[in-house]
Amino acid sequence: MHQIDCPWCGTRDEAEFQYQGDATVQRPKPDADEETFFRYVYARENPKGWHVEWWHHVAGCRQWIKVVRNTLTHEIDSTGGPQSKLTKPDEKGGTKS
Amino acid sequence: MHYSALSVFLQGLKGHKGWPRMWRDPQPKSHYDVIIIGGGGHGLATAYYLAKEHGITNVAVVEKGWIGGGNVGRNTTIFRSNYMFPANTHFYEKGMKLWEGLERDFNFNAMISQRGVINLFHSDPQRDAFARRGNAMRLAGVDAEFLSPAQLKDMVPILDFENARFPIQGGLMQRRGGTIRHDAVAWGYARGADSRGVDILQNCEVKDIIIEGGAAVGIETSKGTIRANKVAMAVAGHTTHVAKMAGLELPVESHVLQAFVSEGIKPLIDTVVTFGAGHFYISQSDKGGLVFGGDLDGYNSYAQRGNLPMMEHVMAGGMAIMPAIGRVRLLRHWGGIMDMSFDGSPFICKTGIEKLYLNGGWCYGGFKATPASGWCFAHTIAKDEPHKLNEKFTIERFREGRMIDEKGVGPNPWIQ
Repeated sequence: MHQIDCPWCGTRDEAEFQYQGDATVQRPKPDADEETFFRYVYARENPKGWHVEWWHHVAGCRQWIKVVRNTLTHEIDSTGGPQSKLTKPDEKGGTKS
Repeated sequence: MHYSALSVFLQGLKGHKGWPRMWRDPQPKSHYDVIIIGGGGHGLATAYYLAKEHGITNVAVVEKGWIGGGNVGRNTTIFRSNYMFPANTHFYEKGMKLWEGLERDFNFNAMISQRGVINLFHSDPQRDAFARRGNAMRLAGVDAEFLSPAQLKDMVPILDFENARFPIQGGLMQRRGGTIRHDAVAWGYARGADSRGVDILQNCEVKDIIIEGGAAVGIETSKGTIRANKVAMAVAGHTTHVAKMAGLELPVESHVLQAFVSEGIKPLIDTVVTFGAGHFYISQSDKGGLVFGGDLDGYNSYAQRGNLPMMEHVMAGGMAIMPAIGRVRLLRHWGGIMDMSFDGSPFICKTGIEKLYLNGGWCYGGFKATPASGWCFAHTIAKDEPHKLNEKFTIERFREGRMIDEKGVGPNPWIQ
């Protein structure tokens, strides 16, 4: 079971959350071209390793939070609010990989 | 060696010590006509049909681990063709017809059992939706049958028909659907391909796809460089990564799906029942174990193991519709990695890179598609153009707005 540290509620079980997908994609401005919108909807990195993603604390504070999680080990490195700039451990130059 | 009752008898006289191995363990040649990356069900079936239907036998199936060690050995062994959209209906029905003749075709006992697949419904709108799908199937020449609660009570008496939240109003049944021994599917195709000259290269990891002049010309592997006229990918959960070796970016995410087997019990259920409203489906193996599963865990994963919340959810679904299984103990469970596409439908297509072909995006429906997938992929590779049955399963369909979204839930892979 993932234990997700909600910035508002503290550490809670995965069962309280609903996964909401890759948090690295940003909705383009309304006047962006078709290719940009196509990539926003369909292009995904799908990494085997660290992944920045949205989780909705649906049975808690109902905030959307960002989570840096490893898709191979299910380890969670960090969490934050929607505006936080989270970094993957392998991009920090740290020892985790 | 041809398998038959006589061969079993004759081998029996020799204490069953004379059986030859089912496929060779060859060293890679420097060049093949076709390389298939991925020795799972789809890769092996593709090699089999390339050799059998198109006479292309200078073929290598390259597998990182051992054949049949991925999703073809990690599913719940069900096959069916109960889809509504024409592209799916005809494709899966081709698969159904191939399943029906498969054991005779590849001379291997795969313990096929057309025990029927029943989808339960619980409300008027769900009944209407199922009736619509059943009618679409019948118009396409596929069998579909509407069952009343009384008929269902005869067939599957242990269901909780008076469930407070999901009272059973009836079911949509495909009698030709059923189960088949999944390992035997992999082995049967492997043996059939090998006997026609296909090299099955196990423990051979692909490191890179060699592209020259806009065309795929070979692969780099842990056993050296192998060149080929054509390169084909059929790697399920790792589709993104293998495609990236060729510079392709695909609308695919990898997700984990769990399945479960109970201890063996006496015969309890002799068909396949799906309780979609409760995210639960079940059948019983010939050994007596209840084989069941539910939905994806719901987050990107390559872990090949699931998590407890979804396990609890699946068990709760089982308890809701079939309370009698409450004291049956769980024997084992596992997770497989699904290459989830953004509309729930697969890819069997050319890629934009010459001589490079893609088979993937099977979501959690890959096993039942194995024969049709291999048959269509072999055609696509051999003729360098798709068969009519798979011409809609392209990568470009997302750009063109031609999604085949059977569930109609939008472009979110984890809810397909």
